[in-house]
Amino acid sequence: MTRYLRTLRRFWSASFSAEMEYRANFVVATVVSVLNLVGGVFTIWLFFTGRDDLGGWSMTQALLVMGIFTLLSGVSDALLVPNLSRIVHFVQQGTLDYVLLKPIDSQYYLSTRNLSPWGLPNILFGLGVISYCVVKLDLPPSAFGIAALAVALAMAVVYSLWFMLASITIWFVKVYNVTHVLQSFMEAGKYPMSAFPHAYRVVLTFVIPVAFMTTVPAQLILGKAGGDWFAIAAMLAVGLFIVSRLWWRFALRFYTSASS
Amino acid sequence: MIEADNLSKSYRVADKQPGLMGTLRHFFRRKHKTVEAVKSVSFNIEPGEVVGFLGPNGAGKTTALKMLTGLIHPTDGSVSVAGHRPFARKAAFLKQITLVMGQKQQLLWDLPASESLRINAAIYDIDDTEAKRRIDTLAEMLSLDEELTKPVRKLSLGERMKCELLAALLHNPKVLFLDEPTLGLDVNAQATVRQFLRDYNKEHEATVLLTSHYMADITALCERVMLIHKGSLIYDGSLDGILNQFAPYREVKVELAEPITNGQMDTYGEVQSIDGRVARLIVQRDALTRTVDRLLAERDVCDMTVTDPPIEEVIGRVFTDGVAD
Repeated sequence: MTRYLRTLRRFWSASFSAEMEYRANFVVATVVSVLNLVGGVFTIWLFFTGRDDLGGWSMTQALLVMGIFTLLSGVSDALLVPNLSRIVHFVQQGTLDYVLLKPIDSQYYLSTRNLSPWGLPNILFGLGVISYCVVKLDLPPSAFGIAALAVALAMAVVYSLWFMLASITIWFVKVYNVTHVLQSFMEAGKYPMSAFPHAYRVVLTFVIPVAFMTTVPAQLILGKAGGDWFAIAAMLAVGLFIVSRLWWRFALRFYTSASS
Repeated sequence: MIEADNLSKSYRVADKQPGLMGTLRHFFRRKHKTVEAVKSVSFNIEPGEVVGFLGPNGAGKTTALKMLTGLIHPTDGSVSVAGHRPFARKAAFLKQITLVMGQKQQLLWDLPASESLRINAAIYDIDDTEAKRRIDTLAEMLSLDEELTKPVRKLSLGERMKCELLAALLHNPKVLFLDEPTLGLDVNAQATVRQFLRDYNKEHEATVLLTSHYMADITALCERVMLIHKGSLIYDGSLDGILNQFAPYREVKVELAEPITNGQMDTYGEVQSIDGRVARLIVQRDALTRTVDRLLAERDVCDMTVTDPPIEEVIGRVFTDGVAD
């Protein structure tokens, strides 16, 4: 365990210093996340002009969903994009062999190898918006604890789905674009699920569990959903994570029997 | 240290005809054929041995190396490396081996090699003082210095390969699998890498299995070679033994007192070339002494040398003529 933590520290300090070579990126990332946030807030403001309630959500509550979305995007930019989109390169260049010959869990290696500082603006804005909503809505301080846990579970869901999609490249190197599909679905997580027509809601809850990424965490923070929803979210997160590990093992079995 | 018993690997590959029609036909009706990349290969390598693995492209060398390192699962037969079954890829096994591939790199492109070394030290659970000691020793053996702190992308191919070797050996592996470690290097860099491997082998009593296209690597490092051809092991023994087995002839170069005319030397052996007073002949080994005696008795010989044919040529002939078939 300490070995994994020490490895993680070195992974992150190395990739951080590599990314810092390109300082202009930081400005770009900040501008992009400001624009995204302003656009999202403007849309919510449009929804709520002339009314106080949309499908049972007040404007500040809807803003909380957007805060969670922004935070998740930030974490994805920092951790998921720089790692999972590179799996295809490991396969293409054959350097996955080196990863497999390291005495460390290969899924861990591929998922944590890089850390990009460019997710930081979104993480900070997300945390800011969530804090603003919690204070504005007069929620008890325990809401912060619930928020941390709920967002962590949401993150596990996003990670597991993303990792499984990214590892399809073991079979079909050309389908690395498939993760963009997931990203576009995630965009739907900007707004509360009740903002969507019923049919979409079903898809976004049961087919691609976008609801569990932002809406359910928000409901948990707001106290709109109780302990049973917590249990469901936790089961989904843990279940998907386990499936992602089994999936990776299955993919590797294929890789190691088919590659020459 | 390394034991392979009837090791085999076959693949099912798509058998597609060229052209658009072939592609369409392939889309609807897939045909597959089985390719036997490695066929019942058995050998046993003792601790500390340096063995050269030779064969033309596509002979099955890399496939065999991958089975030995546990990257691919054998179709048949068994392997044991350092007492482990490679394919389980247990940490205890992985900590004892290393794989260096000349055409693939593990160092991080944008960062100095020292960063990659720090990461490897953490992965292999080597503490900082020990890691520093090992890096210093290996860097000195490889005559690396400020190269370690320059971004890898700014290094020359030779410098990069040396850094790759350092990174691959930081955990003091007992078994080294080297796939074309000198590929594309200039003569000086090749010599440094060779010398380094020899020193490392001596110092750590490491077992080395190496493939190379450069015969000089093999002659400099390996006392034992294995020839693999179309997936089968056709020779396993000393380098000299190859000459005896596949080249039972010698090259005789004679210089006579007078210019040689065509046809004059035909009775002594197979004439390779005639240039003024010098002739080069190929003579079967069992007829060698007799031929030399005859030459000295019948001709006015000024100078004569008898040499082994170059090993590259012999091995090249083995692979193109398919002596094994």
